[in-house]
Amino acid sequence: MSGNLEHLTEKQYQVMASSKEQKSKLWKDCMMAFLFGGLICIIAQTIKDFLLSSYFAENVYGFDEEGAAAITTMIMVFLGAFLTAINVYDNLGRIAGAGSAVPITGFANSIVSPAMEFRSEGHILGVGAQMFIVAGPVLVYGTSSAVLVGLLYFLLK
Amino acid sequence: MAQKTGKQTYLITRPVYVKNAASVVGPREKAGPLGKYFEAWEDEDFGEDTWEKGESRFVGAALTSLLTKEKVSSDEIDCVLSGDLENQCTASSCGLKDSNIPYFGVFGACSTMGESLALGTLLVDGGGFHNVICMTSSNFCAAEKQFRFPMELGGQRPPTAQCTVTGAGAILLTDTPCKTRITHVTPGIIENYQIKDANNMGAAMAPACASTVKMHLMDLGRTAADYDLIVSGDLGILGGGLFKEIMELHGYPVSNHKDCGELIFDPKTQDTFSGGSGCGCSAVVLASYILREMNAGRWNRVLFVATGALMSPVSVKQGDPILGIAHGVVFENL
Repeated sequence: MSGNLEHLTEKQYQVMASSKEQKSKLWKDCMMAFLFGGLICIIAQTIKDFLLSSYFAENVYGFDEEGAAAITTMIMVFLGAFLTAINVYDNLGRIAGAGSAVPITGFANSIVSPAMEFRSEGHILGVGAQMFIVAGPVLVYGTSSAVLVGLLYFLLK
Repeated sequence: MAQKTGKQTYLITRPVYVKNAASVVGPREKAGPLGKYFEAWEDEDFGEDTWEKGESRFVGAALTSLLTKEKVSSDEIDCVLSGDLENQCTASSCGLKDSNIPYFGVFGACSTMGESLALGTLLVDGGGFHNVICMTSSNFCAAEKQFRFPMELGGQRPPTAQCTVTGAGAILLTDTPCKTRITHVTPGIIENYQIKDANNMGAAMAPACASTVKMHLMDLGRTAADYDLIVSGDLGILGGGLFKEIMELHGYPVSNHKDCGELIFDPKTQDTFSGGSGCGCSAVVLASYILREMNAGRWNRVLFVATGALMSPVSVKQGDPILGIAHGVVFENL
């Protein structure tokens, strides 16, 4: 062991540092994630129910189940992007944690926030190239695992 | 010329004085417990369209404030040593581009204020330089963008995380007598304790701080009690506790310790987790609170130890440990 601290070994320090380390408040974080995640889902469900309602069908357009789901997703993505643009979603994320990161609004946030941040570096190398620095891994591994599971499903069927 | 004393400490033989200091901080720092000590504050972007340009403006503003306070022109300054956390230290170079003062860019991560002060002191001590400005800056938004995630990304951070200070601090060193003198400098060695969590910088830097303080005390045959105050850079609440524990373990108990990162924010109301960090943290606290209180006679001998975590986003992603470094400078009232 080099260095000036002869009475402190690497192992000893690792133990010392982790014993002092303040842990995240797991129960509180989980509760908040549950509440806010649930709230976002309730909002989406309400929108979907409204789109499927007879009132909407008579006065605007009659969606089937699949169509209503697609439109609801679009609206939620828009809401996530909009709240990101007006500097609200990051404050929500600080309180809600996974509750606002996991729903599709969080996915919108993860794409819009780098787009905003890197706008100063130009539309091609800034916005274009950096837009997926957060969502990129989700897309890559989400798509890959979907292909893999699809293949297994096909073979086992 | 500086005289080597012991392993790492240098006694300054040709007197180097602190003529004056200036700082400009961001809104969160101004709202913090030390708010009244900061004479000027600006928003993180300083009215510019990018965080990076904003940080440069902080650098320029701190320099201008210092020169205006002392009514000196840039021609009278022999050189400025400055550093920051942006890639290739561009906040310093862009911020000082119109200064017309010879410029040395320095990098020691968050220990840069200690590094620039130590080097500046040695330049003045050497006899060739008469007036040297040592400064550093950091910017919360620019640092988040560079080291973590985009500002608007919603997410949580662990309680060990620290919050980068927005601000720039500048100190004018001179060889004409003033109240406060720099008597010793102790450059630090790199300490590696295999800490790999980029959200726990305090733990990565605490051994380096202890290493430098311990060598300093050993080299001079002093104890911590010989100082009115030992002030570390940005160990934060967690790192500060670890530093004291390591010192105790080596037979140098420290009771008169404060940490700039712990002083600058109120973690209960400001959501700043373990405390402040960044090059600007120790710079603005030293340039305002510490030096002003020394001037008022509250402390007469202060050991300032700026602490740095030597890493880059690349080194962290590649799994390299976060290396610690700390540079010590002794301020003493005559």
